[in-house]
Amino acid sequence: MTATQTAPVKSGAAGSAVFADSDSRKYRYFEPRGKRATHYEDVTVDVQPDPERYLLQDWIISFPNGRGAYSKDNTAALSSNWHLFRAPDQEWERTHYQRQSKIEAMVQAVIANGRKSGAPRHFDKAWVKVLQNHLGAWKHVEFGLGTSLMQAQRYGYTQMINNATLTNSSYKLRLAQDITLYLAEIGMDIGNFDDEAGKRAWLEDGTWQGTREAVESIMGSPDYLEQYFAINIVFEPLVGELFRSGFLMQAASPNGDFITPPVISAAEADYERNLANAIDLFHLLAHDSEHGAHNKRLFQSWLHKHVALANKASAGLQPIWSQPHSKPVQYSDARTQSVERIGKILGELGLELPKE
Amino acid sequence: MTSTLTLNKITAQKGISVADAAKKIADLGWNPSYVQEAMTFPTDYKITKAPKDPMKQVLRSYFPMQEEKDNRVYGALDAALRGDMFRNVEPRWVEWMKLFLAIIPFPEISAARSMAMVGRLAPGEDLRTGFTMQMVDEFRHSTIQMNLKKWYMENYVDPAGFDITEEAFGKCYATTIGRQFGEGFITGDAITSANVYLTVVAETAFTNTLFVAMPSEAARNGDYALPTVFLSVQSDESRHVGNGHSMLMSMLKEPENHLLLERDMRYAFWQNHAIVDAAIGTFIEYGTTNRDKNKESYAEMWHRWIFEDYYRTYMLPLEKYGIKIHHDDVQTAWKRITEKHYVHKIAQFFSVGWPLNFWRIEAQTDKDFEWFEHKYPGWYAQFGEYWKWYAKLSHRGQTNVTFNADTGYVYPHRCWSSMVPCVIREDIVTDTIDGKLHTFAHELDRWTAVEAFAGEYQGRPTPAMGRFSGRREWESCYHDWDLADAIQDLGFVRTDGKTLVPQPHLRFEEKEMWTLDDVRGHTIKSPLITLREMNEAQREKHLADYRAGFTINPCN
Repeated sequence: MTATQTAPVKSGAAGSAVFADSDSRKYRYFEPRGKRATHYEDVTVDVQPDPERYLLQDWIISFPNGRGAYSKDNTAALSSNWHLFRAPDQEWERTHYQRQSKIEAMVQAVIANGRKSGAPRHFDKAWVKVLQNHLGAWKHVEFGLGTSLMQAQRYGYTQMINNATLTNSSYKLRLAQDITLYLAEIGMDIGNFDDEAGKRAWLEDGTWQGTREAVESIMGSPDYLEQYFAINIVFEPLVGELFRSGFLMQAASPNGDFITPPVISAAEADYERNLANAIDLFHLLAHDSEHGAHNKRLFQSWLHKHVALANKASAGLQPIWSQPHSKPVQYSDARTQSVERIGKILGELGLELPKE
Repeated sequence: MTSTLTLNKITAQKGISVADAAKKIADLGWNPSYVQEAMTFPTDYKITKAPKDPMKQVLRSYFPMQEEKDNRVYGALDAALRGDMFRNVEPRWVEWMKLFLAIIPFPEISAARSMAMVGRLAPGEDLRTGFTMQMVDEFRHSTIQMNLKKWYMENYVDPAGFDITEEAFGKCYATTIGRQFGEGFITGDAITSANVYLTVVAETAFTNTLFVAMPSEAARNGDYALPTVFLSVQSDESRHVGNGHSMLMSMLKEPENHLLLERDMRYAFWQNHAIVDAAIGTFIEYGTTNRDKNKESYAEMWHRWIFEDYYRTYMLPLEKYGIKIHHDDVQTAWKRITEKHYVHKIAQFFSVGWPLNFWRIEAQTDKDFEWFEHKYPGWYAQFGEYWKWYAKLSHRGQTNVTFNADTGYVYPHRCWSSMVPCVIREDIVTDTIDGKLHTFAHELDRWTAVEAFAGEYQGRPTPAMGRFSGRREWESCYHDWDLADAIQDLGFVRTDGKTLVPQPHLRFEEKEMWTLDDVRGHTIKSPLITLREMNEAQREKHLADYRAGFTINPCN
């Protein structure tokens, strides 16, 4: 048994030999958004391939209708370059777990410390009903939006779009669970707390039916980008922030509750990130050199549909503002703020808020 | 202070139990009444029983657990650099990581996408949290693996190949096998792809060879990074196995699913064997420099992980639910690995095609020969001369094995089903699909493409089943091209515009490195196009000769 022996290799370390491309230490198959590729771009860009980048053999398995694993017509929106988008939050697995874990630690510390001090027993009684019925109903909103986004992350044409959608889903589903467990825990400290009242309100209480219709309309959309648009551009400012910041965050403490605001505050920070991602994506599409006009018309049609649903949802929630004993904020003020907020978002995108 | 007084008793407060927490979270879902969810990824399976979540973990504990796992992984990577890991790592091993890590992030992220498909099909919400965690896990796996690859690129002596990784993945004649694997998770019948192929077979059976056996070999080659990352990845897999099994149990409840389950178990097991054993078997057996005769060979590991662990304890018990298990398929796969030298023939094929790769493959040496003969008796008679030829032809100016008539090697046909070449020559079969002739590595591969991936199965309509598509035979893409032009078109050329990314050796001197000029003048031929161009008599003779195999000429 004799083979021609190769020369021994002394070291596998960078710099131990010099030859063509021995210093090629950057991914060189994509154009970074800035001067240098970010860590997020390095671990994200082009992991989901397509026939343009770089499937030589095209998709090699198809659905029965002939479509490959991913196709551009999963949305009515058009783009001259789907690969341009980079998520401003630059999220990849490590940053995602760090952030989610910190939020969980903060939420659990606040709840544990609040319970240790006996705080839930001192919540105003009317406020306890608000938490039981309405925060209890709200957890289903977050869950519905989270499952919609979980569905949507299957359809996007690039890894960047799908991963931004995936982390958005993860944030929503975390919040839904945080609220669920928070209510279950304080419920143990408060007498006669009905942990199932929230779901009953969600399914049966007229206050919540507009919101449920809006959420189910998003869940039922077969267009993944419409789902992402409806959630971040429409529902969140007109209903999400309205209820979370415009009511819970402000009304809790005057009613003796200092625990609910930090539990909910994480969601507002989540939304800032998801909004930044969504605006960047929809701005690219609305200003696309070839398809901008088409996309703007499409987005206006989505606005027409989902703003009407969100307005109906918002109006339905109005009675909740008058249910606590202490009423530090008026629905009308919160509503004005949320309309201003969506106005600013649409202004960034060059879109117009449909008239009520 | 009494002996029973502890801090815990002072600070403890009543909490909700894990089971209660899981139950409350499972109650977050509801049946929509205003607008129904769109069923955009259909299945031919019927699922009425809501699957149970066996893990009962919630996101509140999941995220901190994963962050802690990450801290350990990234801490270990830092430590590896401080310990100068790359000074002692075996380049033979790291070179194969250029192929492995080009492939694996796509199947991983495909698994994340596939959770959308099963998430909507499963009735009830019990398992939704399990699917959610798996979705985020797979996002973790994909990006943590891309990070590992970037780390190799930044610290290993020859970064070429890592630097073009995702582009190379889409183009290379070897990565096409990995694309079949990844696309299999997300295309076609949602249950076939996202449950049976991905979770019930790939994750439950074959991740053991991928993520447990491979890290052991990495460590033997001075690579402590891969075990750190991949054992952390594998620690997530037990939850995924639980998800898959729970869905499987729900489907078993419906007798009309049994025929489809038999079909899909058969397809998924066989194709996982064909693809995973080809790739991982080669990495483990041919990417190593460690020839300790006391360590397990890939065949021995396969017997432990796949035969004993998966076949005996997972597949066999399905029979009691009325699922027909094809025992002979498992036996055939085992014989292919042991008696028919499947892995060795694949490694041979990978090395034959080195100019069209994007990593370095060095020749096996005397030390390797001895180990192979010890573990696989008869190996030397079949492969010894080949590797001597490979070593001899690894110097610039020599003619590559594929185009070198002196060697006796015959370039293989490609299997239309698994994309792996038909290396066990006597098993090749042909059939037609839509009037076009195709080649298959084995009768089961033919069955997969012709009978399983069709709109009807054994008289039962299967409208959701996928189809094999695209330019599946890689060689057809470059039929009649000059080898140098094809390499240039693939982008497997270093930035000086002439030196090849792949090299048939580990010699790092500039003068040893092959350039485009060294490979110019050879024409690539597609075996399939050539076969189709033959008349029937020629074709029959060609296939008979092919089945008879080839003999490598003595290398002097």
